Amino acid sequence: MYTPTFDYYRPKTLDEAIALLGKNKGAKVLAGGHSLLPAMKLRVAQPAALVDIGRIKGLSAIKAGKKEVKIGALTTHAAVAASAELAKACPILCETAAMLGDTQVRNRGTMGGSLAHADPAADYPTVMIALEATMTAMGKKGERDISAGKFFKDLLTTALKADEILTTITVPAYRNFPNMGGCYLKHRHPASSYAVVGVAAMVGLVDGKVGRVSLAVGGATVNPVRCSAAESALVGSAPTDDAIAAAAAKVAEAIANPMSDLYATADYRIRLATVMAKRALMTAAQRAM
Amino acid sequence: MKQSVSITVNGVEHTQEVEPRLLLVHFLRDTLGLTGTNVGCDTSQCGSCTVLLDGAAVKSCTVLAAQADGSEVTTIEGLARNGTLHAVQEGFWEKHGLQCGFCTPGMIMTAVDLLNRNPHPTEEQIRHGLEGNICRCTGYQNIVKAIQYAAEKAG
Amino acid sequence: MAKYVGTSMKRREDPRFIQGKGGYVANISLPNMAYLAIKRSPYGHARIKKINTKKAAKLPGVIAVFTGQDLIDGGVGKLPCGWNVPNIKVPTRWPLTIDKVRHVGDGVACVVAESAYIAADAVDLIEVEYESLPAVTDAKQAAEKGAPVVHDEAPDNVSYTWGIGDKAAMEEAFKTADHIVQLDLVNQRLIPTAMEPRAAVAQWNAATEDMTLWTTSQNPSPIRLLLSAFTLGIPEHKLRVISPDVGGGFGSKIFHYPEEIITPWVARKINRPVKWVSTRTEASTTDSQGRDHVTHCRMALKNDGTITGIDVKTWSNQGAYISTFAPLIPTALYLTLLSGLYKVKGIWGEMVGTLTNTVPVDAYRGAGRPEASYLIERLVDIAARELKIDPIEIRRKNFIPKNEFPYQTPVAFVYDSGDYGALFDKVEQMANYKQLRADQAEARKKGKLIGVGVAGCIEASGPAPSAVAGSLGSAVGFWESAKLRVHPTGKVQVYTGSHAHGQGHETTFAQVVADELGVKPEDVEVVHGDTAQIPFGMGTYGSRSISVGGSAIVRASEKLRAKALKIAAHQLEAAEEDLVYDQETGKVYVKGSPNKAKAFGELAFAAYTAHNLPAGLEPGFEETHFYDPANFTFPNSAHIAQVEVDADTGEVKIQKYVAVDDVGKVINPLIVEGQIVGGIVQGVGQALTEHGAYDEHGQLLTATLMEYAVPHADMFPMIETGRIETASPHNPLGVKGAGEMGTIAATVTIANAVMDALAPLGVRHIEMPLTPEKVWKAMQGSK
Ligand SMILES: Cc1cc2nc3c(=O)[nH]c(=O)nc-3n(C[C@H](O)[C@H](O)[C@H](O)COP(=O)(O)OP(=O)(O)OC[C@H]3O[C@@H](n4cnc5c(N)ncnc54)[C@H](O)[C@@H]3O)c2cc1C
Ligand code: FES
Ligand code: FES
Repeated sequence: MYTPTFDYYRPKTLDEAIALLGKNKGAKVLAGGHSLLPAMKLRVAQPAALVDIGRIKGLSAIKAGKKEVKIGALTTHAAVAASAELAKACPILCETAAMLGDTQVRNRGTMGGSLAHADPAADYPTVMIALEATMTAMGKKGERDISAGKFFKDLLTTALKADEILTTITVPAYRNFPNMGGCYLKHRHPASSYAVVGVAAMVGLVDGKVGRVSLAVGGATVNPVRCSAAESALVGSAPTDDAIAAAAAKVAEAIANPMSDLYATADYRIRLATVMAKRALMTAAQRAM
Repeated sequence: MKQSVSITVNGVEHTQEVEPRLLLVHFLRDTLGLTGTNVGCDTSQCGSCTVLLDGAAVKSCTVLAAQADGSEVTTIEGLARNGTLHAVQEGFWEKHGLQCGFCTPGMIMTAVDLLNRNPHPTEEQIRHGLEGNICRCTGYQNIVKAIQYAAEKAG
Repeated sequence: MAKYVGTSMKRREDPRFIQGKGGYVANISLPNMAYLAIKRSPYGHARIKKINTKKAAKLPGVIAVFTGQDLIDGGVGKLPCGWNVPNIKVPTRWPLTIDKVRHVGDGVACVVAESAYIAADAVDLIEVEYESLPAVTDAKQAAEKGAPVVHDEAPDNVSYTWGIGDKAAMEEAFKTADHIVQLDLVNQRLIPTAMEPRAAVAQWNAATEDMTLWTTSQNPSPIRLLLSAFTLGIPEHKLRVISPDVGGGFGSKIFHYPEEIITPWVARKINRPVKWVSTRTEASTTDSQGRDHVTHCRMALKNDGTITGIDVKTWSNQGAYISTFAPLIPTALYLTLLSGLYKVKGIWGEMVGTLTNTVPVDAYRGAGRPEASYLIERLVDIAARELKIDPIEIRRKNFIPKNEFPYQTPVAFVYDSGDYGALFDKVEQMANYKQLRADQAEARKKGKLIGVGVAGCIEASGPAPSAVAGSLGSAVGFWESAKLRVHPTGKVQVYTGSHAHGQGHETTFAQVVADELGVKPEDVEVVHGDTAQIPFGMGTYGSRSISVGGSAIVRASEKLRAKALKIAAHQLEAAEEDLVYDQETGKVYVKGSPNKAKAFGELAFAAYTAHNLPAGLEPGFEETHFYDPANFTFPNSAHIAQVEVDADTGEVKIQKYVAVDDVGKVINPLIVEGQIVGGIVQGVGQALTEHGAYDEHGQLLTATLMEYAVPHADMFPMIETGRIETASPHNPLGVKGAGEMGTIAATVTIANAVMDALAPLGVRHIEMPLTPEKVWKAMQGSK
C-alpha cells in the first residue's frame, strides 16, 4: 500500500526530462502512473527516482491528417475513447480505449504509458501491432521512429532506452481509405479487467474480396503477435463465414509458448484467440463494407 | 526530499510540504482529515478512494499528492452544496443504494463523473461505468437505480 | 396495528455515509498516535530459524519492534476456540507465531512507528530466516497418511470428527432404493472480502489503567470477554471495546484476531495510542476465509422421485489454526440442514475437520448452510434429470407439507413454519417457468445453450437456544440484550447488543420500537457497538439480529408498557385492566373514554419527576431484557435463474434471476430486498468467479483483487424478488432472518442453471467456480 521512498522531479520540457533520466540512475518516467504506482505500492518496483512528465506541454494532442493520425503519448485513455477525430479516422482505438480498465483508470492512464509498459495483458499493444503503428521516441540524440513490430521486445520490455521518452504514436487514418474496417475484442479478466486475450483485426476489401488483413493477438504470449498464416489464408477470399472460420483456425500457429495462469491455461487462451479472431474478423469485414 | 504541493480541495486551497511518495488519498485522509474517501484495496481495483481530480473521477490511491499539485479535488465531503445533497447522493438515499457505506463515497463520485459525461445513461452504460468500483453489500442493483434516479431528477 | 413495521422507510444511517461522515475505525486519529505493521510469512509452511529486528529498529521513526516471544513474555494468551465439539484438538495459536509459520500471512513480528509509511519500510527490514517445509492445503489430503503435519498437537491433522442422523435408516434407504445418485463435489475456498479491511486502534490511559480498543468487529462484547479472559488480560471493567461503523463483515469480522490483541498490547507497552489498518493483501491472507469442503454424497430415491435417503461424508478444511467458531460451521450449521425442504427419513452425515497450511476458515455468509443447500439441490437436480422428472415437480413431491410444521427432521432441527408449495407457486408464476422451458426448447433447436436453474433452500438462522448450543460445544450463549432508555421528554434510546455493519438496524429497530411504544421512529435512536454503553450483547451473525435482537427489544418494550400502565392507572385513578395502551399513538386511556388519557411523554416525565407514582414503583423509565430464543428460525427460498452459455467459449451470462423468499414477517421491505439481492450477488460470485486458490506450497494465488474476482455490476440483469410470509412462531415478531438466504440459494441456483444448459451435451457436474475455461473444457470432455 505504501511505496518505498524515491526522488521526484517534474520537468517542464522534454529536454529537461531526458537530461534528468540521464543523470539519475534507476529513474523512471512517470506518466499516468497507473501501471507504475500499483507496482510500487506492492513494492515490486522500487525506482530511485521518478521523472513526472505529466506537465510537459504538447504531449497530449490528437492530430488527424488524411492518411494518418498522430497521438501524443500523454493522451489519456478517456481522451482517446471520446475523440471525435479518432472516431472518424481510426475508430478501433476508441473502441479499445472504451473497454480498457475502468472509468477512473481511463481518466489517468496514458497511451504512451501503456505502450512503454508493454504489459502482456494490455490492450493497446495488440491494436498497435494490427494497425502497424509507428512509435516516435525522443532521446539525448534526438528523435527516432520505431515500428510497432519492432517496439515490443519481451515481457514488460520495449525498444525504448532508459533515457528515451515515447512522444508520439502514429496510426493510419484507415476510415479515410476505401472499404477498410477494424475491430478489437477482449476477454476481460473478471478481477483485474485486463485482457486475458485481446484480438485486433483490420480488414480491407477490394471488390468484395479481402485485399488486406492484419490480425494480432495479445494476452496469449508475452508480447502480442501477428497471425500471418491466418492472414494469408484470408487474403483473396470473400469474407464469408466459412472463409473467416478457416482463417481463424490458423491463429494457433502464431502462438508459440502461450502463457498460462489460474484463470486461463495455454489451451484455453488459444481457444479464446481462435474464437475471438473469427468474431473480430467478421465484424471488421462487415465494417469494411 | 520534500515536495511543496498546493491542492484546492472542495474549494479550499491547501499548501503543504509532503514526501513525494505520499498518495493523494493519504493527503486527503491524514493530512487534511477528510476521511470520507476510503481505502479498500492495494491494487487500484476497488474504487473506494475515488475523488474528482479537475472534474474527472480518479482513484486517489493511485495518484501521488505531488501529481495533484495545482489541481482541484472534489471529495465526497464537498459534493453537497449549501446543505443540499447532490442528486446522486439523494438517489443513493432514496433507492437504498448503500448498506455498510464503505464503497459509497467512491461509488457516488464515480456516478457524478458518469452523469457529467453522459446525463442519460442506459442501464448497461451505468453498469459498465461502475466497472472500477466494487460493492460487496448491495449487489449493485440499487446503486444502478440510484444513478437512474439522479439522471431522471436532473431531467 | 403496525404503523411503521412493514413499511419501506428510508434508512436513517444513510445521511452520514453519503456525505463522507461514516465513522470507520481507520478514520480515527488520536494525538501522538503511532502506527503498527505486521511482518508476515511469505511461506505456507516453514520453521522460523532466526528473526533479526536490528535493522528495522534502527530506522528513523521506528519506535519499537516486537516478536511473538516478546508478546508472550509480556503476558498475551493463546487464542481460544469458542465451539468445542467432543474430543476436538485445538492447537496452540499465539497472536504472533514463535516456532513455525503455518500459512502465508501468519504473523511473526510487528513494528510500531511514527507513520504508516515508516512502519511499512521497517517491516521490510525485519530479516526472518526460514527453513521451508512441505505443505498440505487440501482438506482431504491433509487427513491421509504421510501428509505434512501442521501442528504436532494433531499429528494426523485431524482436529475433530462429528456425525449426525440415523445411520441405520440411511443404510436401509439405500438398500431398498430404486435409484441412487452419487456425487463427489468440492465447495471451494472463498475469501469474504468485506470492502473495509480490518483495523484496530487502541488507547491506554496509564493513570487509570483503562484501555479503549476500537475494532472492526461484528460483536464487541464477546471480543472484550475473550481479550479479558484469554488473550490480553485486562479485566472487563477496565476494557472498553468499540465497534463503530463497520464496512461489511459477512462473518469475517465475528472472530477474535491477533491484531486486536497486539494493538492494545503495544499501546500499553509504549504508552501511546496505536493504530493498525490491514491492507487488502493482508486481509486476503489473515481474515478467516469461507467454505472449503471436499464431499462424497449420495441420494436414494424411488422411481417416482420420492427421496428416501441422503448420505454425506465431508472433509472440512479448517486452515492452519482453529478460528473462533470454526468447528460450529461444518457441524451444527451444515450437517443439521441435510434435510433441506424435504421429508426424508434416512439421513446420515459425517465430518472430518482437518488442519492445513492455509488461512483459517470460519463462518462466511451462509456458513454451513450454503454447503448443505448446494449438495442437496445438486443431488435433487441430477436425480430429476436421471429420472426424467421436471426439477420443480420432483421437489414438490418431497416437500414437507405445510400442515406438518413444526417439523422434526432426522438431523436435530425442528423447523418452525413454511409453505414450500406456495413459495414455488409464486416463483413459477413470477418467472413464468413454463414459458422459460418453452423458450429453452426453441433455443436448443437453434443450437443455443440456454439453461434454467431451480433451487429450493432452507436456512437455520438465529442459533438457539443457549442451553442447546452449550450442549453442542458452544462456549457462549446465543441470547441477545436490549436496553430501552426513555428520556423524560419521551425520546427513546435503544442500546442493543446486536451490531450493524450494513444491515440497517438503526432504521429497522427504530421501526419496531416506534410500533411497540407508539412513538415516532425519528424519536428513537439506536445505539450499538460500544461496550461502555450497551449491555453485554452477542452481536450480529447467523441472520440473528431481528429474530433475537429484535425480540429482546420487543420484550423490553413490553416491560416499559407495563410500567406505563401502572403509572397511568395511578394517575387516572383507574384499574390497570381498564386501561388501553394505544400502540399507534403511545397514549394510555381508559377503555371507552379515550379522553381520559395520558400521553407517552407525560408518563415518561412522570416516571422521572417521581412526584406521583404508585407506591413502591421505582422512578425512571428504562428497561432491559435479555432474550434467549426458544429455537432457530427457518427462512426458506425458491429461486429460478436463466443463463446462456457461449457454446464457443464457455462464458456464462445470466439472463434472468427471480427470487422468492420466506423470511417470515418483514419489518422493512426495502432493507430486506437489499439484503436478499446483495446476498444473491455474493452467492453468484461463488458459483461463477470466486476462488481462494492455493498452490501445493500453500501460496495463495488470489491474494489481491487483481486475481480474486468478486462480482462486478455488469454481470447481472435486474434481479426480481418476491416473497411469501409465514410467520415464525418462535419469536414475538414472527420474523425469521434475511441476511443469508440470498447467498445460500443463489450459488446452487446458478450452478443448476449452467448444468441445465449443458445437459444436452451430457455434462453432469462441474466444480465451482464455473469459469469459462472449466465450462468449455467440460463441454469438450462430453463430446
Ligand atoms: C485497475 C487497473 C486496471 C487496468 N486495466 C487495464 C486494461 O484493462 N487494459 C490495459 O491495457 N491496461 C490496463 N491498466 C493499465 C493502464 O492502462 C495504465 O494506465 C497503462 O498501462 C500505463 O499508462 P500510464 O500512463 O499510467 O503509465 P505509468 O504507470 O506512468 O508508466 C508505466 C511505465 O511506462 C513508462 N512510461 C510511461 N510513459 C512513458 C513515456 N512517454 N515514455 C517512456 N516511458 C514511459 C514508465 O516509466 C513505466 O515504466 C489498468 C490499470 C489499473 C490500475
Ligand atoms: S483503494 Fe483505491 S482503488 Fe481500492
Ligand atoms: S455498501 Fe458495503 S461495500 Fe458497498
